[in-house]
Amino acid sequence: MAGREDWWYDEAAGPLVRPYAMVRGRTRPLRPELHLVTQVRAMPSPSDPDALSVEHMEIMELCRRPLSVAEVAAYLDVPLVVVKVLLSDLIQRGDVVIRDPSRVPQVPDRNLLQAVLDGVRGI
Amino acid sequence: MSVESERPGGELLVPTPVKIVIAGGFGTGKTTMVNSVSEIPPLHTEELLTEAGVGVDDVLGLESKETTTVALDFGRITINPEVVLYLFGTPGQNRFWFMWDELAYGAIGAVILVDTRRLDSSFPSIDFFERRGIPFIIAVNCFEGAHSYEVEEVRRALDVDAAIPLVLCDARDRESAKMVLVSLIQHTMDRLDAMA
Repeated sequence: MAGREDWWYDEAAGPLVRPYAMVRGRTRPLRPELHLVTQVRAMPSPSDPDALSVEHMEIMELCRRPLSVAEVAAYLDVPLVVVKVLLSDLIQRGDVVIRDPSRVPQVPDRNLLQAVLDGVRGI
Repeated sequence: MSVESERPGGELLVPTPVKIVIAGGFGTGKTTMVNSVSEIPPLHTEELLTEAGVGVDDVLGLESKETTTVALDFGRITINPEVVLYLFGTPGQNRFWFMWDELAYGAIGAVILVDTRRLDSSFPSIDFFERRGIPFIIAVNCFEGAHSYEVEEVRRALDVDAAIPLVLCDARDRESAKMVLVSLIQHTMDRLDAMA
């Protein structure tokens, strides 16, 4: 993963200019299903790497294994809202996949709870 | 890429996430507990907010000058290749309740950590989860130097229902923190069974 020094902005750009510039001024996350723990995963290779920004490419690299939105934000050290916008771009392009939201239970069912219980006991 | 990471047919495996909220007043040991059981050092992220504290839609607009950040600390336990558990500590300041809503959405439930020296600091957390009908348990973090109380004394002082499990723990200890999580998951399963 590239270090923070690779990002074009600096502290002088200010806390607002920085995320604003990274998402080119867009203010709304495009994907309402992107919650804190929504799992995102990059396709093995981006469809058109030349069209992606440095930040997009960093996300593609990070998400070679499935990660939550919150983890991507933490590893990139950018606010959650910025990561949601960048991820929305990648999902739209088909470069990042998430689980079909209609298949994600809103509240864990009994089988899922049992799996979690067994898993926690086993750590 | 490993073979296990793909389903038959080449579809990428995207795990199901679940989460547990670790709540409680300031200094009750929330981050300590996350650290004790997480497989990675606790991660830190921030959400940008307008002063109004509603919605994130406009936070990137340069015209909204009064922004603030809410810090979130969280850990992770990979249950199996298809299920991953996240543990989120609640942000301390009460004006960030809407962030608690995001944390509580779809959660297995909450562990409310209690320090017997400051019982009242736990009341807002208890209120929050009670009102929303989200399963929770009380975990009394047994700090050294704190007077030890009987479980029932603490229950009376907190005025929580007898059906809510109340356990003693040491948030620094991995096994102890594990047992707290186990108690919560079992409590959530019991509630599910009772409703069935």
